[in-house]
Amino acid sequence: MTAILGNPSEPDAAERAHHLGPLDQIPVGEGRAFGVDGVQVAVFRLRSGAVHAVSAVCPHKGGPIADGQVDGAIVLCPLHMNAFELSTGCSTTGQQPLATWRVDVDGSGEIVLYATHSHSQS
Amino acid sequence: MTLLEDAPVTEADESRDPGGHRARRKLVVVGNGMAGARAVEEILQRGGGEQFSITMFGDEPYGNYNRIMLSHVLSGEETDADIFLNSLPWYRENDITLHAGVRATRIDRFSKLVYAVNSADGTTSHTPYDVLIIATGSRSFMPSIEGLRTDDGELLPGVFAFRTIDDTRGMVTYAQHEDHRRAVVIGGGLLGLEAARGLQAYGLQVDVVHAGAHLMNAQIGPAGGEILRKSVQKLGIEVHTKARTTAVMGEDKVRGVWLLDHPLLECDMVVLAAGIRPNIDLAVTSGFTVERAIVVDDYMRTMDDPDVYAVGECVQHRGEVYGLVAPLWEQAVVLADQVTGTDTTAAYFGSRTATKLKVAGVDVASMGVPGPERDTDEHIVFSEPRRGIYKSLVIRDEKLIGATMLGDTSKVAFLMQAFDRGLPLPEERLEMLFNLGTPAEEVGAAELADDAQVCNCNGVSKEALVACVESGVKSVAGVMDKTRAGKGCGSCKTMVCQIVDWAAGGAVQEDPSANWYVPGVPLDKPELMAAIREKGLRSVSAVFAALAPDGAEDAKSKMGLASLLEMMWADEYIDEKDARFINDRVHANIQKDGTFSVVPQMKGGVTTPAQLRKIADVAEKWDVPMVKLTGGQRIDLLGVKKEDLPGVWADLGMPSGYAYGKSFRTVKTCVGSEFCRFGVGDSTSLGIRLETRFQGLESPAKMKLAVTGCPRNCAEAYVKDVGVVAIDGGRWEIYIGGAAGAHIRKGDLLATVDDPDLVVKLTGRFMQWYRENAKWLERTYAFVPRMGIEYVRDVIVEDSLGIADELDARMQASIDNYVDPWLEGAAPATPGQFRTSLPLEVLPRVPVR
Repeated sequence: MTAILGNPSEPDAAERAHHLGPLDQIPVGEGRAFGVDGVQVAVFRLRSGAVHAVSAVCPHKGGPIADGQVDGAIVLCPLHMNAFELSTGCSTTGQQPLATWRVDVDGSGEIVLYATHSHSQS
Repeated sequence: MTLLEDAPVTEADESRDPGGHRARRKLVVVGNGMAGARAVEEILQRGGGEQFSITMFGDEPYGNYNRIMLSHVLSGEETDADIFLNSLPWYRENDITLHAGVRATRIDRFSKLVYAVNSADGTTSHTPYDVLIIATGSRSFMPSIEGLRTDDGELLPGVFAFRTIDDTRGMVTYAQHEDHRRAVVIGGGLLGLEAARGLQAYGLQVDVVHAGAHLMNAQIGPAGGEILRKSVQKLGIEVHTKARTTAVMGEDKVRGVWLLDHPLLECDMVVLAAGIRPNIDLAVTSGFTVERAIVVDDYMRTMDDPDVYAVGECVQHRGEVYGLVAPLWEQAVVLADQVTGTDTTAAYFGSRTATKLKVAGVDVASMGVPGPERDTDEHIVFSEPRRGIYKSLVIRDEKLIGATMLGDTSKVAFLMQAFDRGLPLPEERLEMLFNLGTPAEEVGAAELADDAQVCNCNGVSKEALVACVESGVKSVAGVMDKTRAGKGCGSCKTMVCQIVDWAAGGAVQEDPSANWYVPGVPLDKPELMAAIREKGLRSVSAVFAALAPDGAEDAKSKMGLASLLEMMWADEYIDEKDARFINDRVHANIQKDGTFSVVPQMKGGVTTPAQLRKIADVAEKWDVPMVKLTGGQRIDLLGVKKEDLPGVWADLGMPSGYAYGKSFRTVKTCVGSEFCRFGVGDSTSLGIRLETRFQGLESPAKMKLAVTGCPRNCAEAYVKDVGVVAIDGGRWEIYIGGAAGAHIRKGDLLATVDDPDLVVKLTGRFMQWYRENAKWLERTYAFVPRMGIEYVRDVIVEDSLGIADELDARMQASIDNYVDPWLEGAAPATPGQFRTSLPLEVLPRVPVR
């Protein structure tokens, strides 16, 4: 899945789990921004139930990705409608990619984001 | 390096091949440029997807784009998004693993592995192959010039190569800097001239420094070069030929260049376009036979390994290295035939290169040799320097072996055919240079030979286009997608249209998706509305589930559907916030830094001292960075943070002015008969009345209105979606379909009436009909001419369809459903509706006055 961004992130000790609070704070089909270790992350809750986390800042002109519209595959930056794949962060409109993070919802309905060593450097 | 130290192989496990087929062989392509991607496309076309699992390595972190068009991106004619040939989803759809931003470093021919390193994080990997294609392309030649690089080997700031999309973006940004006034382009070939012309678009003074004796010396002779120089200089570009650049001056950034025997040429920017060099390092390191480029045989195989092929600008075939795009397409066809085994007799024998393009605004065509080579060669020349026209032909043994056309390329279609296929030439040689009376001026679609190449970028012949039309594709866009004709430089698009039109016998279809209301639901507006009504679909998610292919959501379709559903269902509409664009989620207009603009309602542009005092207090309390009057006579508070919106609204205590949506926006008015000496009608009252009635109405595109009190038109009513003009005798003219934005159009007169009530009624009826029939984002200036003003008048004024009452009733239902959206400030509709989405401090700041 993540071949495009480099090595697959391995679920080992280098990965740190961040609890971002209840999933309910994100309305279905929308995104919200979170600060994680000083990095801004946009977390999206799709209508399918899937949850994705990508960088909150558009590499094109700094647009707020969390304000973007999504479908099952992409998010559109609200400023200039650049599109990015939610699962890989790759742009389908020729921009630099967004960083992506692995994100889950735990048994108590909390969003858990896994920051790997390489990501927290960026 | 040993295998154990390397990262795990990222290859898919072939044992899970579905259906128990023989496991596919591994095809690895090093290079994701035009050659590599084209080779893969040709392979896929031959069923290569069944035979191979395909992996591609690309140095650049993108999909595949049309490098030829970079000069258009530089000049601003196209955006960088326009030039992508294969975006990332294409790779996924074709089951291709793309490693973008990963550079292949070494090929181990004996263990059949490609070693690569990720440019971003330095991680390494190795990938096994059964068949390998090297398509590493070429790079800008960097001449050894003193001062070109800083001590750490980087290019001096202000020095650019012109090869990649990143180079181009860098050049655009640098050229836009206000302190940068002068640029020097090193290299007076095709690319150099394109770069010079592109940079001029940013107001830079440009000098071209060319080492050769004349411009474009690879393609044209000295006499043509001299004429080209005059044409280029006429454009304001200074040309220095026989000029050797000895040094680039500047410590921190470029300040100028030194030429041999020439005073310092001061400049802020240097672009290197001094030719290209094949990328051969990988092949050399890996032990392949390399001369000027990677040597291949007529089957596009390397000399050293029958499982390794090479294609494109990195290839040397029969002593030739090509730098144009057409040979690369021909090579890719042969390569694909061989690799897939489709035609094992396919062979490449070299290309005759012919080009026709606009260089820096000058039409240039050249083919074959630039001038006579033997005493017996015929050389026919016409030169008219004043008009920048130069034509030259070289004929040997009654065959055209070379031609140059500058400034006038009207005969090029014929010459290219003659050159390509050795056609017999007219006894009267002059006929090859000019159209002498009959026959018709241009080679028409009907007369063109079947095998004549129409698209020279992608090598598509007339017969291929005709065959595509005959196979059932009857739209120009469809034929272009299928054949790729017109998808290179685009200069042949007119010809492609003519041929498709001719082949379809005039029955050309419009692209079906062009008529869909939104891209994600394959229905036009009447079909879509009928389906929505029939199935009772009241929310955007319900529409996708019922009507989209596979029920898939489409982000680009949501806004249009939300607008349509709200118009159709009024109070029965189920408002899903995620279907809304951010402006409609928070009822304000997003700005470049992620803040919002707040425009309170001010009907007809009329305000009061108390209202102004309130706005001033709010602006101060909330530190609003800019207060600005809008074109629609409103007051705009700019730079409000999302989280402050509810507070700002509460303090204002005024309803939304709708300066953000695809909706009814404003009614601009003049003071009309109330104060003006010339006013003949009470325009302010009528404007306020219209705005009160239609406030906030959803529509396919925004609607801006005006009412003006006399034909002096101070409120600009002639150029509004609906504009009302008071004329003498207590009458009112209603104009529709006007515009004064990017498109300027005077509205058409819909009706002249003597009663303001009738103005309100007809305005509402027209807007409702427009809401029900216009395409998404189709403004009235396009809608009204599309329908024809006579027809609109028949429907709206004469009620020729008998629908006037229904239109009025549906409009009334929408009006009754109006709720001021700013009330959501006190009771947010969703959790975190007004939560910040951005770390504002990392954003470009809008200057605060």
